[in-house]
Amino acid sequence: MIFTIARHELRRLFLSPLAWIILAVVEFILAWMFLQHIESFLTIQSQLLGMSGEYGITEVVVSPLFGNTAFVLLLVVPLISMRLVTEERRNKTLPLLFSAPLSMTEIVLGKYLGLYAFLLILLLLITLMPLSLLAGGGLDFGLLASGLLGLALLTGGFAAVGLFMSTLTQHQTVAAVSTFGTLLIFWLLDWARSGTGAGALAYLSLLNHTEPFLKGLFDTRDVVYHLLFIGTFLALSVRRLDMDRLGG
Amino acid sequence: MHHTTLLQVNELSRFYGPLQAVKNISFEVRQGEVLGFLGPNGAGKTTTMQMLTGNLAPSQGRIMVAGHDLFENPRAAKAAIGYLPEQPPVYRDLTVDEYLDYCAALNRIVRGKRRAARDAAKDKCSLNEVGRRLIGNLSKGFQQRVGIAQAIIHLPPVIILDEPTAGLDPIQIREIRHLVRELGKEHSVILSTHILTEVQTVCSHVQIINKGELVLNVSSDDLAQRMQSSVLTLRFRNMPDLSVIEKIAGVKNVESADDGSLRVYHEPSSDPTEALVTRSVEQHWGLAALIPQRASLEDIFLELTKGDVSQTGAAATHGDVRTPQDAENGGQP
Repeated sequence: MIFTIARHELRRLFLSPLAWIILAVVEFILAWMFLQHIESFLTIQSQLLGMSGEYGITEVVVSPLFGNTAFVLLLVVPLISMRLVTEERRNKTLPLLFSAPLSMTEIVLGKYLGLYAFLLILLLLITLMPLSLLAGGGLDFGLLASGLLGLALLTGGFAAVGLFMSTLTQHQTVAAVSTFGTLLIFWLLDWARSGTGAGALAYLSLLNHTEPFLKGLFDTRDVVYHLLFIGTFLALSVRRLDMDRLGG
Repeated sequence: MHHTTLLQVNELSRFYGPLQAVKNISFEVRQGEVLGFLGPNGAGKTTTMQMLTGNLAPSQGRIMVAGHDLFENPRAAKAAIGYLPEQPPVYRDLTVDEYLDYCAALNRIVRGKRRAARDAAKDKCSLNEVGRRLIGNLSKGFQQRVGIAQAIIHLPPVIILDEPTAGLDPIQIREIRHLVRELGKEHSVILSTHILTEVQTVCSHVQIINKGELVLNVSSDDLAQRMQSSVLTLRFRNMPDLSVIEKIAGVKNVESADDGSLRVYHEPSSDPTEALVTRSVEQHWGLAALIPQRASLEDIFLELTKGDVSQTGAAATHGDVRTPQDAENGGQP
């Protein structure tokens, strides 16, 4: 049942031009960055050869590219997630879901997975770029996989925040702006360096728990952090939709 | 005659903050009944329907759908309900077929039977020709029909339609009414409306709700009986004294209207028409017109929803309407 809703959401995303345009624009921007990274790799290639250790194209090209991807997604996810529930509210289609034999959790998970599937498609397309390097050389697949996992978890968190924000309001722009704001704050929390509680705040930062993945460092604590982050916002979404029925 | 009770509502209330939108409503609907839910705008019709379909949690009360408690066992109860909200919940960027397939899946129709369910629903709502068109491009009437198709696709025992004919043209209204009557043969249907003729033509039971209270709950036959009665409009060339007419057996009350005619109120059981005509001939009153009047549903409706009884003679005639008929329905405030 969750997958029925997820499939429906994914399908409707692709019925709107927005999804296609986002795919195209993101791919274009990241392709541009990818080329820049390749170019800088070519200029320092000779020096790298002289260095000892395994410092190769994956570190110089793929890791920064994934870092860029994370930031681009921060800008783009609010634009896709904003319509998830707001639009249904606007068009008064929520009763269809509410009066069907479904639990609120199923509805929320369905919508979330639909959005997440779209974002994973986006990630997949981006990953094709570094994979194209295989034509001319080798890649560090461990690093690639770790970076991809990090991005996937981060995107999951973005999507969960986006879904929650879209349950709060009827207006897509409001949902988009509040999603973006929330994500940016979580991103920047690690700027807190001094003062009491700075450590705790920095610990909550999304960035601090994603960077290790991009460097190839897999830590279950980071995985758990992301899963908790996602779970929290999904639970909040369920609560918020339940409030729709109780409210007034 | 007495089929199984499919929907049972007990002491249902709903507060919006301090405002009580629905006050202790109780009623039940049996199989094969079409219940008309009447009331002015803001009376609480939509609120009640939202509660019946699980879109709104009641502040108090209990709802049983086909034997399942809506709050303890929402999944089973919701599976037994089809709901068309005031605005059909359609996705404008899907085709009719895609949309109905999705609805079928949402209502847990197994994959192999979805197509048949969709075709049957389309058939009932005469949507066969528009299956491949985008819902957003269809006219309001067709969208409404898609909404109804969505509500009946899983063949629920209880169908709840919130103002199904609002905003349609007369031909579409007739079609939808016909459809509702057809549906009423197999399912039980609740529809809300503020159009009175709709209730008269379609429904087997009538409920009038005003300011959140159920003020009338009768079968259409009872209602028809109430409307039979009890007023004659008379016009005489030589106006007799009103007190003379008042003394004729069966006459309850006489009043003269502005246009010079008389309105004679009588008990439904004893019709004084014959006596009046005889007297008129005997005493040369010069009877010019005698029109028996049926109290229209409008009269009953207006009187009940004004909440102000016994001012006029008409109100006195129907004053007893306030008491709901079925004592078994109980729980009236």
